[in-house]
Amino acid sequence: MQLIACPWCGPREEVEFHYGGQAHVPYPDDPGGLSDEEWAHYVFYRDNPRGRFAERWNHSAGCRRWFNAVRDTATYRFERVYRLDDPKPLATELATSRRNTAR
Amino acid sequence: MTSPFRTPQGGRVDRATTVEFTFDGQAFTGHPGDTLASALLAAGRHQIATSISLGRPRGIAAAWAEDPGGLVQVEEPFPEPMLLATTVELADGLVAHGLPGQGRLAEIPDSARYDAVHHHVDVLVVGAGPAGLAAALTAARAGARVALVDEQSEAGGSLLAGTERLDDAPALQWVAAAVAELADHPEVLHLQRATAFGSYDDGFVLALERRTDHLGAAAPRHLSRQRVWRFRARSVVVATGAHERPVVFADNDRPGIMLAGAARTFLHRYGVLPGREAVVFTTNDSAYDSALDLHRAGVRVQAVVDARPEGSPRRREECERAGIRVLAGAVVTGTRGVERVTHALVAPFADGEVGAGSAIACDVLLVSGGWNPAVHLFSQARGRLRYDAALGAFVPGEELDGLSVTGSAAGVPDLAGCLADGQRVARAALSALAIAPAADDRLPAAPEPVVPSAPLVLWRVPDTSGAEGSTSFVDLQRDATVADIARAVGAGLRSIEHVKRYTTIGTAHDQGKTSGVLTSGITAELLGVPVQDTGTTTFRPPYTPVAFAALAGRDRGRLFDPERVTALHDWHVTAGAVFEDVGQWKRPRYYPRPGEDMEAAVLRECAAARTGVGILDGSTLGKIDVQGPDAAVLLDRLYTNLMSSLKVGSVRYGVMCGVDGMVIDDGTVLRLAEDRFLVLTTTGGAAKILDWMEEWAQTEWPDLRVHCTSVTEQWVTFPVVGPRSRDVVGAVFPQVDVANEAFPFMTWRDTTLDGVPVRLARISFSGELAFEVYVNPWYAVAVWQRLLEAGRPYGITPYGTETMHVLRAEKGYPIIGQDTDGTVTPQDLGMGWAVSKKKPDFVGKRSFARVENQNPLRKQLVGLLPVDRRTVLPEGSQIVEFRADGQLPPPPVPMLGHVTSSYRSAALARPFALALVKGGRSRIGDTVHVPVNGTLVPVEVTGSVLVDPEGARRDG
Repeated sequence: MQLIACPWCGPREEVEFHYGGQAHVPYPDDPGGLSDEEWAHYVFYRDNPRGRFAERWNHSAGCRRWFNAVRDTATYRFERVYRLDDPKPLATELATSRRNTAR
Repeated sequence: MTSPFRTPQGGRVDRATTVEFTFDGQAFTGHPGDTLASALLAAGRHQIATSISLGRPRGIAAAWAEDPGGLVQVEEPFPEPMLLATTVELADGLVAHGLPGQGRLAEIPDSARYDAVHHHVDVLVVGAGPAGLAAALTAARAGARVALVDEQSEAGGSLLAGTERLDDAPALQWVAAAVAELADHPEVLHLQRATAFGSYDDGFVLALERRTDHLGAAAPRHLSRQRVWRFRARSVVVATGAHERPVVFADNDRPGIMLAGAARTFLHRYGVLPGREAVVFTTNDSAYDSALDLHRAGVRVQAVVDARPEGSPRRREECERAGIRVLAGAVVTGTRGVERVTHALVAPFADGEVGAGSAIACDVLLVSGGWNPAVHLFSQARGRLRYDAALGAFVPGEELDGLSVTGSAAGVPDLAGCLADGQRVARAALSALAIAPAADDRLPAAPEPVVPSAPLVLWRVPDTSGAEGSTSFVDLQRDATVADIARAVGAGLRSIEHVKRYTTIGTAHDQGKTSGVLTSGITAELLGVPVQDTGTTTFRPPYTPVAFAALAGRDRGRLFDPERVTALHDWHVTAGAVFEDVGQWKRPRYYPRPGEDMEAAVLRECAAARTGVGILDGSTLGKIDVQGPDAAVLLDRLYTNLMSSLKVGSVRYGVMCGVDGMVIDDGTVLRLAEDRFLVLTTTGGAAKILDWMEEWAQTEWPDLRVHCTSVTEQWVTFPVVGPRSRDVVGAVFPQVDVANEAFPFMTWRDTTLDGVPVRLARISFSGELAFEVYVNPWYAVAVWQRLLEAGRPYGITPYGTETMHVLRAEKGYPIIGQDTDGTVTPQDLGMGWAVSKKKPDFVGKRSFARVENQNPLRKQLVGLLPVDRRTVLPEGSQIVEFRADGQLPPPPVPMLGHVTSSYRSAALARPFALALVKGGRSRIGDTVHVPVNGTLVPVEVTGSVLVDPEGARRDG
């Protein structure tokens, strides 16, 4: 069972958290202006990379705040957590893989 | 029975005390400190059971949890299957018998207690052998918060099984001093009989402590029998030692054949001789210690059979001085005997070839094929293993953050090395935690290690018996042999994981502690590849079996899941309510009168609500207080209809959808103030909808000044329902003008009752005139009773969830999650009227415009009336239709939809149902069919509102 570092509460047990899927998928500014296909991409399509991934997490059994994290989907390791108003990670950060990722 | 194989003195057992036990119906005695295995061996008994599929006699082959043979069923003090004779501590009155591979669970509830404790430490040391004690002392002396756990009944590890000396004194004196010193450190937790069985991320380690079994009848009742320790350690030190492994040869499974080190353990720790005449078969120097120690204890050691061409010159000399014959360059090729080994077949062995052999009589055959570091906890934590060709074993192959391996678990060969390595690893862990080591950090002096002769890696002896490996057992518990591995490889399996599953090797209680590496080695040989390439199968928790009762701990029975009850629960119980579970809530389903079944009770309750007055405990309804200047904006964005236009004092029904346009919840919203709403959700949706609101408010619209909080448990809710409800509510709350004009439908009013604030709302989930009464739960019983008293002249009838469901279904009000399933839009429910055309956007709106959501053949909510006026359609029933010729279409018959709700209606005097049906609204008036118990019941499709479709009843 992992420890997840909530930006507000510090390291807490994994069972206190809920996963929220890919981060930085904003609600479209003008849904009415989108084609069915563009809208479907917002509703249904998410990335599924092997390696670092920017994700949303919710400290649901703690402070109930949402935050973002960069996590390696191959090792489960949390590389860092950041607040919702912090900038989106650069592509270079997400492209960097730890050695275990290649396993 | 006597104990002829007990030595005159020595061992760690309490010889002054005798305990009696029964095995396979026979009475035995032993001593505190014995295991079931050591006490049986003291009586001269090796055989425990017969094997699972071949029925071959099997005995005690090891001295602890690695034993693949000695499975027992304990009957007293409490039935428990699949335990090892080698790990069951003896207690007075123990009753057990051997198991041929499969046990039997108790048929009575386990009355013992089990519990769990969380413990946080700087350094967790697993294993209290020399390396573990050195690590624990080093960390404790530095002032770190330390836990030391060890699975044996006392500390010492391998030192318990030998005659080693430290500081020129018996090593166990140092062990005792170390334990005493640890006990003096207030920040040290030291547990014996605690097996660390799982190692997970971030220093999370689970251990099972066996607390009372060894105390027998003297165990205090208040103590939990077993305890799961949930350690969170900043640094974990794994000092779990090593398991000896055998060499595989023909008929290597007979009782009396055991690991060489185990015999030494039985001798030194338990004061038990494994036999009178021994043959020792080895590939390395360690088994010579067993041969010499047994010789000194009076066992006639017939021969040491050493597979190495030169054997061990130094150990050979020791043996010759003792008069023990050493046969170097020889192997054991087979055995004789039935229920006990009688002869070892010994033959010369050179360059992989076996020569002509001879039989040596023996009643015990000790085997050593080398030592496998117990890397389980390291591997479970996803540490990579490396094959060490010199050891013929897998060792930790990388450094892990926060978890290090030391001592013989890391392949360190000798006592001096283990002590030094334990200290080194602990200091490194302390350094990583920025804890300075103590100035005085002395460890005892161990004798200068003697460099042993290099071991030979030998997995198996070529089978010269003619059985072609079919009696050369790799996994004794699974009756799996070299022939089985050959068959797996012959079938084309290359992966060790596949070989494991094909042969079942390593899948028994011992999880391959002795057979796993052998399987890797033999498979590699058969495939002609290096062992490193074959690797090992994955090590998974638990390290040793853990009872479900221990894992469940106190979370069983009533404590398995919280039960939520309303403030009126005791009243409901007294009133004879039959309860149903709604999520975690206990809700009254109906209140049967004497002689009534559910059907009769519900018809009576329904009739009361439609003709007189009924009352419901609706307190479980979800309630969310939404406050802030932008509260209305948030609700406008989340509900399909407009909430910002709602006037203070009024109530509006609303529907919420996901971004996919599918309904996720519905309920009413009370506007309490310009900047404050009370949102009512379904009972099951309360937590989910609060989360949903929080998610949008935090992640998409952090600019909105709004806060949401659950007030579900701050208000009880009593709908008073029926034509006479106005009389009842008016009588109890005289300050409120309950006339329709003064207090219209879908409004709310605040009032007080004896100074207690009460909120009333004209909300109806039944179509009847109804008032919901909200009050602080402290006053729930008092207010409920006032309402009952005021309603007595009108026959006020408490009703439960079943009646609530019937009343709402008669009105076509859907239950989200029962009449919907996540693929249903508001339009499908016939609630297009609740979807705003004015709002530029809200969650779900864009999806309504998708082509598929416009499809007229989507499933829509309709009513169904069985034509026979008798059948109550089972919920979930499929709906089919006949062709124009009046015949069913050929199979597979197309399904039009399914029944979502179905009840008997007092108001309609017939059963009815709600259903989701393809193109349902266009089928109103049609007859379709529902298969019920093998017959097709014709049903008429109707609109979903079956009672009072014009809505005339809601104002009374």
